[in-house]
Amino acid sequence: MTDGAPLISARGLIKRFGDFTAVDGIDVDVHAGEAFGFLGPNGAGKSSTMRMIGCVSPPSGGELRVLGMDPQRQGPDIRARLGVCPQEDNLDQELTARENLVTYARYFGIGRKVARQRADELLEFVQLSERAGSKVEPLSGGMKRRLTIARALVNEPDIVMLDEPTTGLDPQARHLVWERLFRLKQRGTTLVLTTHYMDEAEQLCDRLVIMDGGAVAAEGSPRELIERYSTREVVELRFGTDALEPYASKLDGIGARVEVLPDRILLYADDGDTAVPAVYERNLTPSGVLVRRASLEDVFLHLTGRTLVEA
Amino acid sequence: MAGGGTPADLDAAVTAAAPQGVRAVHPAMAVLEYFLVGYKRVWRGTVFSSFALPVLFFLGMGVAVGAYVDRGGNLDMPYLQFIAPGLLAFTGLQIAMMESGFPVLGNFKWHKIYFGMASAPLRVGDMLLGQLGYISLRVLVAATGFLLVMVPFGAIGSAWAVLTPLVAVLVGLAVATPMFAYSATVQSPNLMAIMFRFGMLPMMLFSGVFFPVEQLPGALQPVAHALPLWHGVELSRAAALDVNAAWPVAVHAGYLALWCVVGFALARIRFIKRLAV
Ligand SMILES: Nc1ncnc2c1ncn2[C@@H]1O[C@H](COP(=O)(O)OP(=O)(O)OP(=O)(O)O)[C@@H](O)[C@H]1O
Ligand SMILES: [Mg+2]
Repeated sequence: MTDGAPLISARGLIKRFGDFTAVDGIDVDVHAGEAFGFLGPNGAGKSSTMRMIGCVSPPSGGELRVLGMDPQRQGPDIRARLGVCPQEDNLDQELTARENLVTYARYFGIGRKVARQRADELLEFVQLSERAGSKVEPLSGGMKRRLTIARALVNEPDIVMLDEPTTGLDPQARHLVWERLFRLKQRGTTLVLTTHYMDEAEQLCDRLVIMDGGAVAAEGSPRELIERYSTREVVELRFGTDALEPYASKLDGIGARVEVLPDRILLYADDGDTAVPAVYERNLTPSGVLVRRASLEDVFLHLTGRTLVEA
Repeated sequence: MAGGGTPADLDAAVTAAAPQGVRAVHPAMAVLEYFLVGYKRVWRGTVFSSFALPVLFFLGMGVAVGAYVDRGGNLDMPYLQFIAPGLLAFTGLQIAMMESGFPVLGNFKWHKIYFGMASAPLRVGDMLLGQLGYISLRVLVAATGFLLVMVPFGAIGSAWAVLTPLVAVLVGLAVATPMFAYSATVQSPNLMAIMFRFGMLPMMLFSGVFFPVEQLPGALQPVAHALPLWHGVELSRAAALDVNAAWPVAVHAGYLALWCVVGFALARIRFIKRLAV
């Protein structure tokens, strides 16, 4: 399915702000029908990359093609076929939810009747029909977010770009958004999203890159990445003390690897259930033991030495 | 990777795309529409702010001060007639400055409206044209309203007066375009207030609205000539009273048009710069 030319292709893509390099030569390909993710901590360069792909921020270096076109010269033609949900909502707070969608649809040259019809469908799609006629300002953060996502779909885009679509949403609203994005994907829409939630990336993305400090640290499907950079399971050990280093050395050899976090030790082992007894055999008595499947969080920790979401 | 082969994905995406090419509305017109939708909610509040100042001056200065000035007989027309066309031109300046100051800064800094527009297939030129079109409409309506106020006071001396709202629009655009550039550049609302205090008010006082610029000290006269409002005042007075303007009409109009063109070019540059983050 990914044999053809990619819809988005970046080679050595760079974004500088003055002396500071926010995106430091990344290579990325996104294929049609794919859900592609940028996963990374604050300041990794996700939004900067998204803005370059969205043809609003000129690259400082490298190559970028979107839908086979050059963002520098064919920005409007590309943007006509993108749907963009920026990290920060930029709805008109004084207009109603419906007016926001209709006026935005008009920017794409959509006729008035179709624009109204599509606005109503999309409000339904993000479950905001009841608030269609209310001003945006008093809507909750999650409702505004859903409205921004709806606005990104108003031109029936080929590629939907979502910068942290669910940050700040409650779990229920988050699941609604995930479900809607999944439906879009089933319809063949190409999704590009950023997130610092590993569960979101695992749920939604066919393929992703892990970004850190403006560079791509790893690339692959969530499964591949976990297989490549982690063991199948992880044992989390707590000892009721902050001085964890001495314990770590005593755990040597039980699993494939040991990571010491401020509050706990992670023991990487393919089979947690055999690793736990081995811990007790060494006369260690942890105050808490948890065996879980490895996640992208572990991949990130392994690649960067830091946790993705600071507790 | 595609190695020169058929870009299959791309073809599929292209054919799947919604019918392209046929736009039901020009992008600049869509931007104008957006501003009108917003205006629908606030128009009541602006009726007062658009008219209040010029009409107050018209009545206060024109009628009251006029009775006193006319006794001196220094003008070859009643004072009311003298200031009315100038105030009409000033109406254009006032609305244009209001609308291209804080609202423009706010659309960058607080509401981020322009960033939303920039993600749509609009060019910066479309965004500017659309909003300038909106401002022009606002000026046109207010100036026409003011013109209607002038009639019963006998402040109109010529059928050419119907052109005065267009003069107000021209003045409005001549100040709005460079003001857009300014508002797209500054970060602080304080700098905006400075522009009003040291730009709009002095221009109003010293551009021949209330007294001929020849009354100004010699050194200040070129300043009045350089700023846009005086040219609008001259044009407006020429049309409303069918008198000669200070300079040929084409020179006044051409000079204002020059402000519009240069202002637009500057605004475009500043918008592109501020949007490209
Ligand atoms: N307009 C700008 N001017 C200067 N520096 C910027 C600008 N935009 C981003 N940066 C810097 O570039 C770096 C990457 O920012 P970016 O917003 O792309 O990160 P991000 O991965 O989206 O982070 P977050 O998860 O916090 O949204 C940061 O250090 C940021 O301070
Ligand atoms: Mg970001």
